[in-house]
Amino acid sequence: MWFPIQRPERVSFGASAKPWMPFDSQQPNSHCYRLETNSELLCICSYTHLHWVPFSEDPNPVTHSSGPSTPLKNQTYSFSPSKSYSRQSSSSDTDLSLTPKTAAPSPEGPRIFLFPSSPPFSSGSPHHKSTQLLRSEALHSLTPPHSGYASPVCLRKTVSFNEELLLTASGMGSGSGGKDGVPLKALYRQQTQSAFEHREFPFFTLTTFPPGFLVHVGGVVSARSVKLLDRIHNPAFVGIMGNTRSYKLLDWNSFNADEPETRDAWWAEIRQEIKSHGKALGCHAVVGYSESTSICEEVCILSASGTAAVLNPKMLQDCSTEGCSEHRLSRQPSFFSTGSEKGEFDFFLQCQDSASILGLDDASSLGCSFCHIPYDELNMPFPAHLTYCYVCRKQKVPDVLFTTIEPPLEAAVTGKGCLIQARLCRQKKKTQGEANATAISNLLPFMEYELHTQLMNKLKLRGMNALFGLRIQITVGENMLMGLASATGLYLTALPSPGGIQIAGKTPNDSSYEQHISNIQKKINDTIIKNREIYEINPPEILEELLGSPIPETRQRSRLFRSQSESSDDVSELDLSHGKKDAFVLEIDDADAVEDIHSLLTDTPTPAGFYSCNTEIMPGINNWTSDLQMFTTVRVFRLNNVTGLTSHGLNKAFSDLCENLLKTLYFKLRSMVPCCLCHVNFNVALPEDELIQVSVTAVAITYDKDQAQYVTKVCTDKTILKASVENEDQLQFTLELCMESQSSQSALHFSPCKTMGITESGNLQQVTPAAQRATSVDYSSFADRCSSWIEFIKQKAQTIRRGSIKTIASLDKASPLAEAHTHHRSPISCTTSTVTVVEMTPLSFIPGAKIAKYLGIINMFFIRETTSLREEGGVSGFLHAFIAEVFAIVRAHVAALGGNAVVSYIMKQCVFMENANKNQAQCLINVSGDAVNLFRDADVESAPSQPQTSGLQIGNGSGDVVT
Amino acid sequence: MAVELDVFVGNTTLIDKDVYQLWLDGYSVSDAVTIRIQSGILEQTGATQDVLESDTMDHYRAFQMLERLLHCPSKLTNQLLFQIPPPMQSMLIEKYYTFDEPFVREVLGKKLSKGTKKDLDDVSAKTTITLKSCRRQFDNFKRVFKVVEEMKGPLVENIQQNFLLSDRLASDYAAIVFFANNRFETGKKKLQYLTFEDFASCGKHLIHNWTLGAVDCMVDDMDVDLDREFLQDLKDLKVLITDKDLLDQHKSLVCTALRSKVSSFTEMEANFKNLSRALINIAAKLIHTKDVRDLFIDLVEKFIEPCKSDRLSCNDVGIFLTQYMNTARALDAFKHQSLWERYMGTIKSCIITMYHE
Repeated sequence: MWFPIQRPERVSFGASAKPWMPFDSQQPNSHCYRLETNSELLCICSYTHLHWVPFSEDPNPVTHSSGPSTPLKNQTYSFSPSKSYSRQSSSSDTDLSLTPKTAAPSPEGPRIFLFPSSPPFSSGSPHHKSTQLLRSEALHSLTPPHSGYASPVCLRKTVSFNEELLLTASGMGSGSGGKDGVPLKALYRQQTQSAFEHREFPFFTLTTFPPGFLVHVGGVVSARSVKLLDRIHNPAFVGIMGNTRSYKLLDWNSFNADEPETRDAWWAEIRQEIKSHGKALGCHAVVGYSESTSICEEVCILSASGTAAVLNPKMLQDCSTEGCSEHRLSRQPSFFSTGSEKGEFDFFLQCQDSASILGLDDASSLGCSFCHIPYDELNMPFPAHLTYCYVCRKQKVPDVLFTTIEPPLEAAVTGKGCLIQARLCRQKKKTQGEANATAISNLLPFMEYELHTQLMNKLKLRGMNALFGLRIQITVGENMLMGLASATGLYLTALPSPGGIQIAGKTPNDSSYEQHISNIQKKINDTIIKNREIYEINPPEILEELLGSPIPETRQRSRLFRSQSESSDDVSELDLSHGKKDAFVLEIDDADAVEDIHSLLTDTPTPAGFYSCNTEIMPGINNWTSDLQMFTTVRVFRLNNVTGLTSHGLNKAFSDLCENLLKTLYFKLRSMVPCCLCHVNFNVALPEDELIQVSVTAVAITYDKDQAQYVTKVCTDKTILKASVENEDQLQFTLELCMESQSSQSALHFSPCKTMGITESGNLQQVTPAAQRATSVDYSSFADRCSSWIEFIKQKAQTIRRGSIKTIASLDKASPLAEAHTHHRSPISCTTSTVTVVEMTPLSFIPGAKIAKYLGIINMFFIRETTSLREEGGVSGFLHAFIAEVFAIVRAHVAALGGNAVVSYIMKQCVFMENANKNQAQCLINVSGDAVNLFRDADVESAPSQPQTSGLQIGNGSGDVVT
Repeated sequence: MAVELDVFVGNTTLIDKDVYQLWLDGYSVSDAVTIRIQSGILEQTGATQDVLESDTMDHYRAFQMLERLLHCPSKLTNQLLFQIPPPMQSMLIEKYYTFDEPFVREVLGKKLSKGTKKDLDDVSAKTTITLKSCRRQFDNFKRVFKVVEEMKGPLVENIQQNFLLSDRLASDYAAIVFFANNRFETGKKKLQYLTFEDFASCGKHLIHNWTLGAVDCMVDDMDVDLDREFLQDLKDLKVLITDKDLLDQHKSLVCTALRSKVSSFTEMEANFKNLSRALINIAAKLIHTKDVRDLFIDLVEKFIEPCKSDRLSCNDVGIFLTQYMNTARALDAFKHQSLWERYMGTIKSCIITMYHE
């Protein structure tokens, strides 16, 4: 079969020691820092593993400059200031460099920086503005670019690629906080910097952190780079394959020995870039960091994005110094030894105390601290409207905040959130090599800008002011580029209320046109009001005078630009953008614009009873039930006559596709209402010229509408924190017990898992509403019970493997697990079924359940081929059966390990190819997750003593069975 | 823009009962979509037609994959491919094996052979049940028949254990298997007024009293085959009509008991000999397989119709049969009391069941 295992995006898999590997957050195998999922303690316990990205680049800038990326830098700065400005402040596209043909043989060759062709960039033109906006992608607000002063600021930063200068700049910025906190804050900023200075890559792929760990969040930083994979020019290669399409699935390592180093350099550049963006935002770390690639033929887009943040210096220092890590290490065993020690808890308290010493306590306890700007108010890296924080009223906050992380637990959120998507499709000519890369590079900035604009508009339309979990996926195909940005919109109480959207007509003389515009305006206003109701956004009214907001209007508005290159060459727009305009103006200047607004409004609202988000949890919903449904859906669309479609037709097609997919999900899951679709993860691929493949994996979790709300801000309540930590100790104790007792299975455990188990379970408790209730359980028996259950489950798993059903049937009742099953079991089937129910979820926890034990990482690759496609029900039948089987195999695997759930499940790859004429199809699927053993809170409460005794019996009996 | 591929797979298999019913009823995807639209689901959920189509397709595919498991329900409960909560599994099985009354009336008592299957399109046309659904139901009958045919033990329990059906459905299947095995004639015009329920309840009585299982509970085919020995012995009952004295004596005993108890006493008295002769003749003929098949038609023609023409009420017929059976005990010359009761008890129950419009 010519279907190779590898997909270009996954350049290699397995426990590769390649330095760049760990960066792929989607790659869990054997790297402990893949724990980007909720892991509060993780960053403390195994901190040193985490932020120290094992990246082999030499820290010495001189040495570094001799590397392959040096020419790039040199070249860059030899360009005109305006261009380099764009580069520096851009989060998005900075590295639109590509290797020119001449450079192909040698990475040392000169690099060319490609920008969209000159007219749009001529200073003063609307295009210039749009580009500016684009550049501020990294940053969090899309406010009118006051070109007058924005450019110099950015220029300064641009020129100062020099790290020291940047540090100075951000150091200066540190003084911008509230008056009382200034000296201390500055001091700590410096400390933090020093703690981080010797650390080149302060990247965290984690997305959740312990309360107080995130001091400030600057905004999203991202970088992209278009590269050519040279191997296509290798004649030997083409000769071997002789197939123009199959080569892209091959590992090119074997054809070009020095490639890995080249790629390392590529990523090094991007990381460097991200780092500098972070610094420009006055931040010293990047959290929620992820990297991805999209490859089509020989062209490759490397993308990285994260959230610039200032981390708690106290917590950092504690972990960063050598002595402290030893301290941590020495403390770790105590988790396992007994349940009484509250080391972790003390540490948390300590952090909080130290935070209060630092004068951060107000903000952190109010849940607004992380919203405060980390950069200098007077020397902002980009134009933004700042107001005094709506919670603490002491420090400045931006009007909008974009991040890639989960909403921090301590965040003060008004109302509920919702999934916001920006979708974009751009055609490009079908070209090869150099020209192709150029075309892509030219398109990228506009795409980023357009996506950003869409996100902003949709956010405003929903009356929200912050995005979490932002993930922008750019997919490259042979004749088009797709952009899909997904995020969870929220209303952060600390941030100002977003203004409305104002429609402006281009030809105000026409009365019928005016009428039309006012109609649209009315529709938009109605939608905003309606959305505010749906998402329960009722922020407390605060008088502007009290806040001393620099913005005079109560309803602060900003101006919106459309990126349509064909529509925005109107110079008069400049005037509108000047000064503090209060209108978020949407210009209608052509038919396309009308369509844009139309599509904005036609985004189907989530039906009643549904919420959706792409983050793990939806703030504002805490009373989850344990009823969940994980699903994967895959769709492939054929665009008929792509070239005949207008750009807008294409956009609309893609947007409809995603909308329809969501609608189908809502329809299918309607029986679960009220429920929330969590971790909605879209993946777009362009497998062929006219094919778009969209796959979505998410979990629907029902919540109890009537039940009283549980505690929302765990972090601020010390008693709760204490409770959960106590509980945690117990769990860890139990874990250790199991490790010992299960020596036979220990071979199955990856060592990093243990850490993960501990930390994630710890975090789970904070999320799980029942954590409090569980504390009332008598712990001395609790540990015993846990171990005996596990013992039983282990035995059960072994029994299942041996195919002995008798023991199961007789012991069925004894297991809390089996008990859970019997609840639902009909009298007829209960005697015969031996199948363990295995829950799967992309989240790191299962609501209403506690993870007793982590059993290891599941990472599986499946390839399936059929030569009887029609007989198997066509492509859909083939894939349906395949995915169902993948699920079944994962479940069976977990059950065999003695587990009953998979958490952090993801489908990392789903590559589907068909040849209908030959009646053939192939599919590759890669899934991964963590096998866990969990027990329901309900079982603990309802039968606290019974499982123990019965479990012990089993324990006694297990000797015969196991041997 | 055309959708080339569209799948939705849940970790727990999502099953929509309405779609399942449509699938079972043999509707094509497009028909099912039309029916669903007519049910007003679009208005309720705000969905669009293509959403509905996609949903229906997904379900149909899942059902198709489930079907082979449903053929052996115990496999469904132990398979790993689809994670389905047990109550849903039971529902799937129960509904899959549920049959349509009009259909079962058409095939009840027929040989479950390929020939019959070929005639299903006629059945389908007659009953307006889709051919697909007819085939499923027919195959279900045949499958259950094949499995339990040669099994030891009680028929209903066997069916229940092998197909995990509810009590009610299992006993219905027992009747179907019994009728198919003995090839009772149920399709004649005169029998059209009888429902499947009537036959099922008659079948139950027959299984209970006339099969091998009624005397020995550990033989093969105990509930499926009639007790040949018993049928052979039935010819001994002829004495009740051939012996003039016995007949007169029997008549006077019955008439004495019936007087003032039934409203239409005179008709009964006048017809006693005819009715008695009819019942005994039916008994005597049961030795022949062909006459066993005609049991129900004979009962209707020879007994029920004459009674009906005399406008006897069901209640009166019941009292008559009870007395007719019981008074035979008082006949000193009649030696076959246990045989008589085994025969008459069942016949009485069957006639009472069948005696309605």
